[in-house]
Amino acid sequence: MITVKKLVKRFGLKTVLRGVDFDVQPGEFVALLGPNGAGKTTFLRILASLSRPSLGEVRIAGYHLPSQAAQVRARLGVVSHLPLLYGDLTAEENLRFYARIYNLANIEERITEVLEMVDLDTRRRDLVRTFSRGMQQRLAIGRAVLHDPEVMLFDEPYTGLDQDASSMLDDVLKTVAAQGRTVVMTSHDLARAEDLATRFDILSHGVISASASRGKLKKTNLLSFYKQALAG
Amino acid sequence: MVNKATKIRSMPLDRSLPKGNFIKAVTAVVWKDLRAEFRSRELFSAMLVFSLLIILIFNFALELDVKTRQSVTAGVLWSTFAFAGTLGLNRSMAIEKDQGCLDGLLLAPVDRSAIYFGKVISNLVFMLIVEVIVLPVYSILYSVNLFQPGLLLVILLGSIGYVGVGTLLSAMSVQTRTRDILLPILLFPVAIPVLLAAVKASNGFLTGAEVADILVPINLLIAYDVIFIAVAFMVFDSVVEE
Repeated sequence: MITVKKLVKRFGLKTVLRGVDFDVQPGEFVALLGPNGAGKTTFLRILASLSRPSLGEVRIAGYHLPSQAAQVRARLGVVSHLPLLYGDLTAEENLRFYARIYNLANIEERITEVLEMVDLDTRRRDLVRTFSRGMQQRLAIGRAVLHDPEVMLFDEPYTGLDQDASSMLDDVLKTVAAQGRTVVMTSHDLARAEDLATRFDILSHGVISASASRGKLKKTNLLSFYKQALAG
Repeated sequence: MVNKATKIRSMPLDRSLPKGNFIKAVTAVVWKDLRAEFRSRELFSAMLVFSLLIILIFNFALELDVKTRQSVTAGVLWSTFAFAGTLGLNRSMAIEKDQGCLDGLLLAPVDRSAIYFGKVISNLVFMLIVEVIVLPVYSILYSVNLFQPGLLLVILLGSIGYVGVGTLLSAMSVQTRTRDILLPILLFPVAIPVLLAAVKASNGFLTGAEVADILVPINLLIAYDVIFIAVAFMVFDSVVEE
């Protein structure tokens, strides 16, 4: 579903990604882990077509980036630590706006279903700026799945959430993954990543330094795998 | 929750891209901007109060006689529109950037110039509303009749050019930490041709100049509007992408 070959990203003289090779099969849930500054967000922004690769090849759902970016974006849902929502619009107005620019059919029906999925149907007419951080993040996931994307990208979705909000987000993420979508998530929360993901990749110094599936991690836990990968 | 999940995937999807979607995306952006602004009135009230303050300050500072007032009217009006316009352009794009909404727009599977045109139309609506309120106030304070069809046409053409180039430059400056300072520094030199032509044409109508003399700056305004918007249409995608 996602194929990345020898991806390089430079900002001026600084090289952030130094030849990343990354392959994700349909339905996989990949947790992309790594220290701050490793290039996780940059990598996700390239997958999301928000940033151009300096060198290398990126394909998502068979479409090439950046030349077929519009086709890729139609199949992509992105959730970052920012909600990407307008505070002065209500929850349903936000979703209606995104439904229109995604050219969706049956907009009102779809909005109701998404709001029910993220348990915000009772707050549909409230302004988003009155929502708690956790509610905003759930609505952000609703916005991202509105057009039924095949691939979901989550960039630090737990940032700023308390324990209750995080466990509610766990449920929403599990629901999203249970629908057979391909998911790539960056996170510093190893316990949550271990609970959700089916594969763990470590991005360090601009390359994927280690990768392991959930089955291979049975003998050891994710924390020691992570530490070994960074030490090596 | 899982039952709801299975239900949500059963919906038919229209992934036909991007034909016919352009106008829909433009109107969606305009609808969203107007809806949010008429609810918060944040941008509009800042532009309006700022404009009224400028014409009041000029009124007290210049203390002009009626004849001189007519000769400075075009300059005072366009200075007011330019400063207030910069304020609005900055705020309009900052709202997109602050909650990451600009990324949300850029993730949509539409030609990104649709986002540009949507923002231009909504910024133009805000600027025109402010102008419609400022003009009668100015007429009363300065005892000048500004309600001439020719002058109103010049104000419309000048505003289109100013907002056209301003929206592009605000999309650039909003990516920087110094966006509030950077926009006027980038915009004023580039917008000089529009402002000069607008001031000259406005002055022509206010002083009752020959039609042939006024036509030259009006033609220049039309040419600048077309050029600025065409260039912005071509480069907007590169400007907003990292």
